[in-house]
Amino acid sequence: MRSELEASLVAKNGLLDRRLFMKGGLLAGSIAVFAKPGRVDDTSTEAAINYEAPVFDVQSASQSIGAFLPDSMKTPGAIFRGYGKPAGAESSVQRIILQPYGDLAPGAGIAMTPLQSLEGTITPNGLHFERSHNGRPTINPDEHEFLIHGLVQQPLKFSMDILSRYPLISRNYFIECAGNSFFNSNLFSEATQVSVGMIHGLVSGAEWTGIPLSILLDEAGLLPEGKWILAEGADSAGMSRSIPLGKAMDDAIIAIYQNGEMLRPEQGYPMRLLLPGFEGNMSVKWLRRIKVTSNPTYTKDETSKYSDLMPDGMARQFTYTMGVKSTITRPAGGLVMNGPGLYEISGLAWSGSGKIIKVEVSADGGTTWAAAALDGEPLTRALTRFRIPWKWDGLPTLLQSRATDEAGNTQLRRDVWSAQYAEGQLYHCNAIQTWSIARNGEVTNVFI
Amino acid sequence: MSLFKNFRLPVFFIGFIFSGVALGGELQGPKLGVPVEAGTLSGWDISIGPDGRGLPDGEGDSRSGFTVFTERCLRCHGQRGAGGLGLADPLVGGIGSLATDEPLKTVGSYWPYATTIFDYIRRAMPYDAPASLTNSEVYAVTAYILAQNGIIGEVDAINAVTLPMVRMPNRDGFVMFWPEEDRK
Repeated sequence: MRSELEASLVAKNGLLDRRLFMKGGLLAGSIAVFAKPGRVDDTSTEAAINYEAPVFDVQSASQSIGAFLPDSMKTPGAIFRGYGKPAGAESSVQRIILQPYGDLAPGAGIAMTPLQSLEGTITPNGLHFERSHNGRPTINPDEHEFLIHGLVQQPLKFSMDILSRYPLISRNYFIECAGNSFFNSNLFSEATQVSVGMIHGLVSGAEWTGIPLSILLDEAGLLPEGKWILAEGADSAGMSRSIPLGKAMDDAIIAIYQNGEMLRPEQGYPMRLLLPGFEGNMSVKWLRRIKVTSNPTYTKDETSKYSDLMPDGMARQFTYTMGVKSTITRPAGGLVMNGPGLYEISGLAWSGSGKIIKVEVSADGGTTWAAAALDGEPLTRALTRFRIPWKWDGLPTLLQSRATDEAGNTQLRRDVWSAQYAEGQLYHCNAIQTWSIARNGEVTNVFI
Repeated sequence: MSLFKNFRLPVFFIGFIFSGVALGGELQGPKLGVPVEAGTLSGWDISIGPDGRGLPDGEGDSRSGFTVFTERCLRCHGQRGAGGLGLADPLVGGIGSLATDEPLKTVGSYWPYATTIFDYIRRAMPYDAPASLTNSEVYAVTAYILAQNGIIGEVDAINAVTLPMVRMPNRDGFVMFWPEEDRK
């Protein structure tokens, strides 16, 4: 087995050919598993080794099989419930909440997706990240109105009932906050030790269903002077952003459903704008108004915020597209290795510029790289899951992933990314994430 | 609430749904938007761009703004808007710092348009009671912030005419990054 594994090495420090995990491969039964988030704990392993099976004779006339079956097979199960919940044992899987203004504005802040606890590419609705600027409003859908006005032939209002009669489309897209990964940005000179969800969990993926915005803008009748739109939310921050008309007419959606159910309040119930691949902030939640304008409105969140200061004192403005990005989510901050052996490295990649075409993984701090397998057909501006087998020899090492999109964009090393921007720049951090694996299995965030 | 409470699906619409092409450009809607008169929308249209169109009546200066600031803003933004509670942004100072090793982004040093101050305060501040300041109070506290930054004088009135004329120090400090094809 040793020699076969060595023959399958595709990069240094144990990265292996993906085919090892396929049917008929040599790894059946030998795959190590990641421990649950938390401390290294060997007691359960010892208990399993020392376990002695009871002697039994299920054929005996005086024997009931109950002695040999788990409790779940001997008592009636729980009754039906109207809306399902995760298993009780998973109750620790929660969004990670940061409230920078404390009690003053408890609804201003973020709730991040716990990426270390999730698999696949669809984020459960209850764990989709939330960035709210002054709390989550409660909106009565029967009273909610949506207005299109400005440089149009005919201003129009729409109720939710009216919108329910429009044609819908469903698409799988990620949404990423422009401030995602700020722990790795120029706000910090040293790496912070938090989970992968806390670093990168301002990104989530979902199937969004809604009305193409172009249909509604066409109905109002665009005037030739109209070049931009101003989108405004019905929250107490009155969130507003300017959006180029080209994007609004291309792939913008008025989203009403999220993974098959009506939007969660955190994601803009009863309707939100969805701009695939753009800064999440622009996909205005609780959408109440679109005004067609000739120029940008220069709102607070496209001038003082969501603009990118460079070392020369100039700031980039309207940097809408989220850059190509990836992170390994297992093993990653918040998880602990379960001893040397064979693992499947798993992670997420995405790009605001289109499809992911390649994700490479390094187990030696970026000296050698191996192509990971992309799980399923990568979709435009959606999360892509990547995987690669890895035999950890138990020695300290550095794990990285590097994504490339169909436009040819590739992630940069953090030091290279950082040098582009001024001190304190936090937006659009899409630098390569490095995870350090220690001899004791602890996974930490490091800057390279 | 049911989205389909009053659902009356016309026959042509069923045929349309199942034509199957799911691209906005090839779909068309049933045209059910309710027409409204453009002149009746002043209560809806609260956004103010750099041209100042839509700015309301009223005015204020730094002296009247000091009163509003002290009562409604100081708690978080600190004395003279220099920064205070937690992560509440400093509003004053930092002019000339952007190209240094310690850039300080404030309203005075960073924001390109004064109209943005009015728009944002009026819709979103203070956090515990958004949209509660009168238009004149918003003008006044805008004037106070501008004056603390040395951009206008203590007695300069800010109103619908004067606000769009204020030239912010960092007006030319931004590089447009959109459209992407133009930036290369």
